[in-house]
Amino acid sequence: MSRIEGVLKALKEQGRKALIPYITAGDPHPDQTVSLMHALVSAGADIIELGVPFSDPMADGPVIQLACERALKHGTSLRQVMAMVKEFRKTDPDTPVVLMGYLNPMEAMGYEAFADAAADAGVDGVLTVDLPPEEADQVAPLFADRHLDPIFLLAPTTTDDRIKAISEHSSGYVYYVSIKGVTGSATIDVDEVAKKVAHVHELTALPVGVGFGIRDAETAAAVGRVSDGVIVGSVLVDTIARHQTDPDALRNALTDLLHPMREALDSLAH
Amino acid sequence: MSVKLTEEMLKALPDARGHFGAFGGRFVSETLMDSLMTLEKEYLRLKEDPEFQATFDSDLADYVGRPSPLYFAERLTREAGGAQIWLKREDLNHTGAHKVNNTIGQALLASFLGKKRIIAETGAGQHGVATATVCARLGLECHVFMGAEDVKRQSLNVYRMKLLGATVHAVQSGTKTLKDAMNDAMRDWVANVDDTFYIIGTVAGPHPYPLLVRDFQSVIGREIRKQAMEKVGKLPDALVACVGGGSNAIGMFYPFLADESVELYGVEAGGLGIETGQHAAPLCAGRPGVLHGNRTYLMEDENGQIAGTHSVSAGLDYPGVGPEHAWLKDIGRANYVSVTDDEALDGFRKLTRVEGIMPALETAHAVAYGVKLASTMDKDQMLVINISGRGDKDIHTIAQLDGIEI
Repeated sequence: MSRIEGVLKALKEQGRKALIPYITAGDPHPDQTVSLMHALVSAGADIIELGVPFSDPMADGPVIQLACERALKHGTSLRQVMAMVKEFRKTDPDTPVVLMGYLNPMEAMGYEAFADAAADAGVDGVLTVDLPPEEADQVAPLFADRHLDPIFLLAPTTTDDRIKAISEHSSGYVYYVSIKGVTGSATIDVDEVAKKVAHVHELTALPVGVGFGIRDAETAAAVGRVSDGVIVGSVLVDTIARHQTDPDALRNALTDLLHPMREALDSLAH
Repeated sequence: MSVKLTEEMLKALPDARGHFGAFGGRFVSETLMDSLMTLEKEYLRLKEDPEFQATFDSDLADYVGRPSPLYFAERLTREAGGAQIWLKREDLNHTGAHKVNNTIGQALLASFLGKKRIIAETGAGQHGVATATVCARLGLECHVFMGAEDVKRQSLNVYRMKLLGATVHAVQSGTKTLKDAMNDAMRDWVANVDDTFYIIGTVAGPHPYPLLVRDFQSVIGREIRKQAMEKVGKLPDALVACVGGGSNAIGMFYPFLADESVELYGVEAGGLGIETGQHAAPLCAGRPGVLHGNRTYLMEDENGQIAGTHSVSAGLDYPGVGPEHAWLKDIGRANYVSVTDDEALDGFRKLTRVEGIMPALETAHAVAYGVKLASTMDKDQMLVINISGRGDKDIHTIAQLDGIEI
């Protein structure tokens, strides 16, 4: 059983929902990423999605674009991101880490070298925004051999046939994108998301994480009620941007943001 | 290594997943997949639909003014002192460039699909103008994304688009040029996928765009075949076109791919010189990667981050290139070369002074290389340069380089 599967299974047995924060590696500075990851765990994270910065993040709104720019300004490379995960793993052997990013940095490194380095660093899953399963035939066996969970996106526009097909290519969890839009762009319609996620559950046995548009305890609880986990990105990255010059204030702000979400999610437990 | 291409091989490309050999494909976020698959299905159906084709052909004839002339450049030929130089006059199309061939086709597709809102990216502004033009004609809402840097250097085209009723969005992210405009167009599309049709201006992007843009632009090459047979009685020996994303070049080359005797030359923007790194020549100096929905040659750093590009011409200032060109390079069917900003400016001046034809700065790259190439060829050989656009939009840039306020 992969680390991701284990964590999600244990949560399910407790009737709890996963809190999955996203930060961009190297933002605001590469030196801070590992301690931020630990801070996320202290604030209640079950799984961490660690963004690999890319120069042209087409599926992201301005908040994450700027985070990529800050990280790239300090030269954050995919190899460095692996080193951050390795460092994080030294003191946290339990929290799954999912790398989230775009295909080109992975392609530039070479798929096999990437898969080797990811497995060696203690990465658990890989979510590549611009790699649909149709184009993933090269990476799939490399990931499978190294027990890296390939995590794919489902969108409001995804047809039933595709939901089934994508789920077959996925392990760990599937990531349901709650809105038509880029990250951080719109307010979600909770009822609509609930309906769609319930439908996704009918088509796949995998846990379903929901992301895009979750910005506070209230939306986290509403989405947590219908899903297996909530992914929190832009609001967190925005918090990092606002406190980028003061690491202590930043850690406090992250805690202030995530704690209420954690509590709201846990209040759903039965 | 050069491969002999047959009509059968060409018909099989791109394959069902939109691949040209190792290139092309569909690398987008999940939200867009359904739209792209629907577009592919509908396009493949309409491609065989006589009503769609008849409308497209009559629009090209009566609205664009096709066929565009194939003109013998007598003085330029004499100056070059080699092969006969002929010019394919895409600059005489309505809106002043080849771009309109494609926007007519895609706007027609949008209409058939019932989409009322159109978005487009633009570099030099030619594709933006061509899109705004067809939207005005069809009464469609039009949004054009343009890098803030390009908005500055192509102010004339920005104003043209506004006059045509389009909203121009100046893109402030990244390098503020064409690639960033394309990023923002994609972002808009994801958010408005239900009612919006994205008219991509070049043969790049996710499948089926490289296919359908190539099909719409292939009218250029088909006309050259016919005109060359009528006027000279043989096929040309060499075809020369500039390559940014590569739509005018693929439109010119495609109908000749199976004709081994016809040499193909795509001219990339060498900027300040390939050796300086300040250029926009991914086929000459890049390597394969994935950007904007397709695998192709890219300009990128060792970590896979997309590199900044430089070209005096906004329309060539792009770090990628159409996947079919990437494939043609790898199989050795087409030659990809580059000329510098300075050479292109010389080409602009030469064509202006010798033939009274002011080419776009993009086109001037093809002119510069074409003249050089012609001088190495025999007098009984025939070379065609694709005059992909006219140069009015660049007068400001040229004047500035000459130190003149206008």
